[in-house]
Amino acid sequence: MSIDRLTNRPIDMPINIIEEKVYLNKRITPEEAIELFYSNDIFRLGRMASYATEKKNKKNVYFIHNRHINPTNICVNRCKFCAFSKDKGENGAYQLTLGEILEKARSAEKGVSEFHIVGGLHPDLPFEFYLEMLRALKKEFSHIHIQAFTAVEIDYFSRISALPHKETLLRLKEAGLGSLPGGGAEIFQANVRNAICEEKISGERWLEVMEAAHSIGLKSNATMLYGHIEGYEDRVAHMSSLRELQDRTGGFQAFIPLPFHPHNTRIKRRLKETTGMDDLKTLAISRIFLDNFDHIKAFWIMLGEKMAQVSLSFGVDDIDGTVVEEKITHAAGAKTSEELTKEEIINLIQKAGKVPVERDTLYNIIRMYEHEHSTV
Amino acid sequence: MNIALYNNTIDSIIDKVKSSHRISEEDALILFKEADLLTLGELADEMRKRLHPDNMVTFVVDRNINYTNICINRCKFCAFYRDRDDKEAYIISEDEIYKKIQEAIDLDATQILLQGGLHPELDITYFEGLFKKIKNRFNIHLHALSPPEINYIARQAGLTIKEALIKLKAAGLDSIPGGGAEILIDRVRNLISPRKIKSAEWAEVMLEAHRLGIPTTATMMFGSIETPEDIIGHLSLIRDMQDKASGFTAFIPWSFQPGNTEIGSKRVKGHGSYFYAATGVDYLKILALSRIFLDNFKNIQASWVTQGAKLAQAALRFGANDMGSTMLEENVVAAAGVSFRISKDELIAIIKDAGFMPAQRNTVYQIMKVFN
Repeated sequence: MSIDRLTNRPIDMPINIIEEKVYLNKRITPEEAIELFYSNDIFRLGRMASYATEKKNKKNVYFIHNRHINPTNICVNRCKFCAFSKDKGENGAYQLTLGEILEKARSAEKGVSEFHIVGGLHPDLPFEFYLEMLRALKKEFSHIHIQAFTAVEIDYFSRISALPHKETLLRLKEAGLGSLPGGGAEIFQANVRNAICEEKISGERWLEVMEAAHSIGLKSNATMLYGHIEGYEDRVAHMSSLRELQDRTGGFQAFIPLPFHPHNTRIKRRLKETTGMDDLKTLAISRIFLDNFDHIKAFWIMLGEKMAQVSLSFGVDDIDGTVVEEKITHAAGAKTSEELTKEEIINLIQKAGKVPVERDTLYNIIRMYEHEHSTV
Repeated sequence: MNIALYNNTIDSIIDKVKSSHRISEEDALILFKEADLLTLGELADEMRKRLHPDNMVTFVVDRNINYTNICINRCKFCAFYRDRDDKEAYIISEDEIYKKIQEAIDLDATQILLQGGLHPELDITYFEGLFKKIKNRFNIHLHALSPPEINYIARQAGLTIKEALIKLKAAGLDSIPGGGAEILIDRVRNLISPRKIKSAEWAEVMLEAHRLGIPTTATMMFGSIETPEDIIGHLSLIRDMQDKASGFTAFIPWSFQPGNTEIGSKRVKGHGSYFYAATGVDYLKILALSRIFLDNFKNIQASWVTQGAKLAQAALRFGANDMGSTMLEENVVAAAGVSFRISKDELIAIIKDAGFMPAQRNTVYQIMKVFN
């Protein structure tokens, strides 16, 4: 029988069993993860999650100096939760030329180690355009890693080029693609998915694309969009699918839960946005449940920098990067600024009692900031 | 200090808190510097539960009316004040005040927070007249005039603080907001608000008010240039005051909002040093420490207006038992470029979501309505 270390009270049985498993480094079941969602004991969740992350990452908290580029907001899918996408010809629709994309890349600050490129499913651009973009970027910026194209875009490319997923990915890799971001996962469960993004590829298909990517040595991330119409069971089932695939491939680097931003979207909710408690619980439980993922990322641009910082005590070990020109979340009314300087990110991490580590896309350490007053 | 000794110290402080013993300033400093966020949170949460076993989280419906932004103090942390000849300077008319109060009452408000700058021409006669007229027209609690304003009004009129308070109370003043406290350490005040009343004068106004049966709140604005020792000195001063007269209804810590302020801009641009606003972790730690240290304060307010709804909700697990006010109107924080808005329904929803029972209260923490 374990005793709460702080209150000296015996712990109620179900959570007690889960807690023992976590501290014995045993995997928890989906049912147990759901149980945790119904608990309001955020301190115990935080401690378990902190234990799980420190086992993998010590006190390190990673960030990356990257540049986001969104080549187009024109998208054939028009998901209901998305405030970014436009139809072709619609007011506000845009499409960058190759020249403009290169221009944006050139305007990136010195020290950027990654281009992060995602966009809509454009009705007319041929697959060759994307290959050309990768080649052109790689030619000019051979040292900068390109993380680009969600599984949804990859599947779309494979359809417009009539190539299988694997072949599509091989050609992209050959042209310079370094890794895949984790977007487009939303919630895999079909009933939820059909309600919020019926035109988007199924959860199974998303996982197939990732499996193909991992099979040719491309690493990727995985996201989960929560706080719209899904229940805790849907979140856990989503994470379960990811955990199973990760057991097979080991190709996922980070899991990134994304709180839904309802403004300018076609989904109505009781609350304007997810609550702080829900964000912290979701991050902590994902850290506890996804024992085969090395990293849990809080995307500060969606969570807000204050909550992202607090989440570092709830299992998070990555707060993404210095993002210039983020368009997708801001279209949905996110109030965060589009950029935190590197100094600000280091300060946030240090004030949370952690060690800031600048990483590259593949989590190679570029620089650790171990001392209280690093000069940067 | 060796590790074993240090652990004993932290453990013994934790034991003190858990067994409802008052912690010293030294204890507080050790907790603040050494305890991690979750430890502070757990201790504060346990203390909150002890003081509020009903699991209730309260809020008040009110409107902030800022009668003028003209202020002779011109504090360096303030984005709200204007000089008299500034084109954005204003004084609102009495009729406008009445209109704002009526609108607030129509939205279930029970309180008006009336505060403003130190305006040389608004004297005690003006406020006595205004308060009487408000009280004649409306059934509303008047939470008005922070200590710098009361001190200024009294001095202008050649009255003692006590005399001024007696007059204002007779005219309709029900309670006093705890603003203008900033950090109640004069070294800090001299740097960030050199023309504002000193800490002893702030304390004098509050103690006189408490002795006259006028309840007040106490605030703290952290995150400018103070040290951890200053924060604990501030908490210690108000804890001592509360021991003397028990007149504080609540404590409200919030963080300096550097946007559009003299300190914010100078520190950002000057001397190669970078000004970092207080972070979310700073806020939760200071909130939790306040809950732990101020054992004679029943209520600690979360500040959604400066921290946002998400962090304010999390604050309910870090010592806060009150969400403050719905603030149908707020101007001072907004002037610093921070504009979180929240409706009564949202406030109720986030309190419930955190596992608490929401209740609307009045200014003196009587429950008006419970939202099950």
